[in-house]
Amino acid sequence: MPGDPREGRIVVVGASLAGLRAAETLREEGFTGSLTVVGDEPHPPYDRPPLSKQVLLGTAAADATGLPMRREADAEWRLGVRATGLDPLGKRVLLADGDSLPYDRLLIATGTRARPWPHPEQAALDGVFTLRTREDAGILAERLAAGPRRVLVIGAGFTGSEIASACRERGVEVTVAERGPGPLVGALGGTLAKLAAGMQRAHGVDLRCGVTVTALRGRNGRFTGADLSDGSRVDADLCVVALGALRNVEWLADAGLAAGPHGVACDAGCRAFTMYGIVTDDVFVAGDVSRFPHPLFEYQMLSLEHWGNAVAQAEVAAHNMVSPGPLRRPHLTVPVFWSSQFGFTIKSVGVPAFSDQVTIAQGTLAERRLVAVYGYRGRVTAAVTLDMAKWLEHYRTLIETAAPFPPGPGAAGGRPLVTDFPIPSDVPDARGLSHGPTVALTGHLPDRRLTVVRSAG
Amino acid sequence: MAVDTLLERITDYASRPDPYPLYAELREAGVARQTDGSYLVGTYYDIVALLHDPRLSSDRRNRAAPHRDPDVEKEEQQRPSFIRLDDPEHHRLRSMAMRPFGPPHSPGRIDAIRDEITRITGELVESLPGRGRIDVVDDFAYPLPVTVICRLLGVPREDEPVFREWSATIVDSLDIRPGEDPGEREAAGRRARERMGRYLVDLAERRRGRPGDDMLTAFVNDPGPYGEFSREELAATATLLLVAGHETTVNLITNGVLTLLRHPDQLDLLRRDPGLLPGAVEELLRYEPPVHMLQRTPLTRLDIAGTTVPEGVPVVLVPASGSRDPKRFRDPDRFDLTRTDNQHLGFGSGIHLCYGAPLARLEAQAALGALSPRLATATLLEDPPPYRHSAVLRGPRHLPVEL
Repeated sequence: MPGDPREGRIVVVGASLAGLRAAETLREEGFTGSLTVVGDEPHPPYDRPPLSKQVLLGTAAADATGLPMRREADAEWRLGVRATGLDPLGKRVLLADGDSLPYDRLLIATGTRARPWPHPEQAALDGVFTLRTREDAGILAERLAAGPRRVLVIGAGFTGSEIASACRERGVEVTVAERGPGPLVGALGGTLAKLAAGMQRAHGVDLRCGVTVTALRGRNGRFTGADLSDGSRVDADLCVVALGALRNVEWLADAGLAAGPHGVACDAGCRAFTMYGIVTDDVFVAGDVSRFPHPLFEYQMLSLEHWGNAVAQAEVAAHNMVSPGPLRRPHLTVPVFWSSQFGFTIKSVGVPAFSDQVTIAQGTLAERRLVAVYGYRGRVTAAVTLDMAKWLEHYRTLIETAAPFPPGPGAAGGRPLVTDFPIPSDVPDARGLSHGPTVALTGHLPDRRLTVVRSAG
Repeated sequence: MAVDTLLERITDYASRPDPYPLYAELREAGVARQTDGSYLVGTYYDIVALLHDPRLSSDRRNRAAPHRDPDVEKEEQQRPSFIRLDDPEHHRLRSMAMRPFGPPHSPGRIDAIRDEITRITGELVESLPGRGRIDVVDDFAYPLPVTVICRLLGVPREDEPVFREWSATIVDSLDIRPGEDPGEREAAGRRARERMGRYLVDLAERRRGRPGDDMLTAFVNDPGPYGEFSREELAATATLLLVAGHETTVNLITNGVLTLLRHPDQLDLLRRDPGLLPGAVEELLRYEPPVHMLQRTPLTRLDIAGTTVPEGVPVVLVPASGSRDPKRFRDPDRFDLTRTDNQHLGFGSGIHLCYGAPLARLEAQAALGALSPRLATATLLEDPPPYRHSAVLRGPRHLPVEL
């Protein structure tokens, strides 16, 4: 039997928000052993939400978003080196520089990266960008400041919409191309997507929905425009590819874990599953790369690309890594995310995609201030606020207590005390969108059969 | 004793020095219906839930008989300030009031006044005698926030004797006194509000078209997207800011001095490490907050922690009790200025979260930081000190101390 869980060797792979918070929590919880944090980026942990907001607006420098340290993590930071493999039997993390790190317990927090444009030669055109890292944001901010005639944003998820918002705020013309029926539709459903589309157009965005970009065009290696599936063409100087994120799981290909495009599956205590669905006890997962069962959403596996989830899950994972079985905690936090765009703050609690109906519980569309509540089979599963975030706490309680949907009458607001009619929330199949949803329900599909292929030798 | 007399016992003047055992009884009782038909809530999680519940109104006009203000139907009824309104009116007026005071439009306002607060605090400490008897309220805790709020709003400091009485009358009208007919007190409060409103609107009107960095000037000269305040709105808003801008902070600072003198070990910690000041002020807001009760009115029948509360009755939330709830805070009756997990209810929560919180924090930090070196050898001359009457805005009337 291993000894005290507060001793030994812990390796954290991933040096962004989840990795940092886990490292701090490990020490907070009394871990005294050796702690190593591996990160493929050369920087100490930094915050990403400002990269698509303040940094693009030029009000914050790209290298000024370092995450504050809550305490000294007393860790060895292996920054600028990528983890390339995992040997679960030998309990070693293999690094790109040939080194390997032995561990007693491992935390996988490798997060996601931007999904690249699928044609590499088009993606290589000067003026074509993705936005995920500090470097991405720095160069994009520079190019926006240079005053391009038009920017093409491909994908109207949160990142794409925030980029478009930053362009408009800087007075730059912008075209947004989205394959789905509206902006943010993957996260908020079709009904609120209509509102989001109205907001974008009111701010002068040339929004094209229901189209795909078929080719990026260039001259002399420079991006000049793109062809759309409706036969039209957009002339632009810059192109930002905002097609959602890819989970950084490739390094785990031979590790025998339940790792795939939706992330690394783990239990409610953040312990990774093997490919056979057996839970491990020395490999933990947290942050964007994880997928985990959530009791409020019928134990479906969730994968969330949320700042708040990365923090909460990292804290639970770290706690469980240094606690004996009966003292371990489940990760039950109700998902929360926010976005600011076009002068509005959108906040969400719960999982709007896990819904069949939506209603406006407070505020009105006309005021552009509202709380939309989502229900699934007669209970509240999510709420989205537009500039009314101070009410979110109430709806979190409704979600946690599986309160009936639609919520009862009685909202203070100077209007008749009834909720509007619930209407279908119109959540599309995420496969039909340009942008990946930032929340995905990733339940096992019963029509897929698992085939185990053992490599010879 | 019966839990339906808790509100009477809490508001009884004899309980003012130490209402906390009654709060413990209240938390034990759950949601307590009072003999007058109002409901009392003192547990942390229930208070937080109710402060975020859109079914609870801050607008007294939603009260049903017999809790209805008898003047509610009258023509000359005053326009409530935003603290007593619901959205969307509350949001519009609070946003307009916030425009010259905080983010997003004026993010630097509070920071810009920091040096001035330090200077005013320094001068007040300087003017205290080296030895002998002082009254912490009259000599320090009152003049500081009054000077600051006058400076911020653009009210002449020398007019303080003009508005002092109005302010006291307004505070008196906000008190909860079960069993007493509130008619006379409320009428007096209304008259005082009217006078103060007229005084402040006149001040503002004289600044129309003139440059200035005070808030009254901004209110009349720099309307935002919601347009300009009406005369009545400006009167109600400016009155709220002037009264709330000092009456509560006086109590926070005085409670702070009193609490530190009662806990010499904590005072010692603070004197050695002024870096503890921000945490110390948060702990004060939890342990001895200036605002003890908040009133709401359910717009529909509500289930609160298993008790059905009817529509239209007064629901009295006791955040000062919630901040001492052992289900939320470890060792809640201990004053510990190094406490880290301290999400107290001292500023409320939800959409009515204290508008002036950043200012109050700064003033209290400056006040206690400047005064604490002088407190090392100070002794309390009366413990407990004489309290002001109000159970809602609770604090000592005087705090005699020997330096």
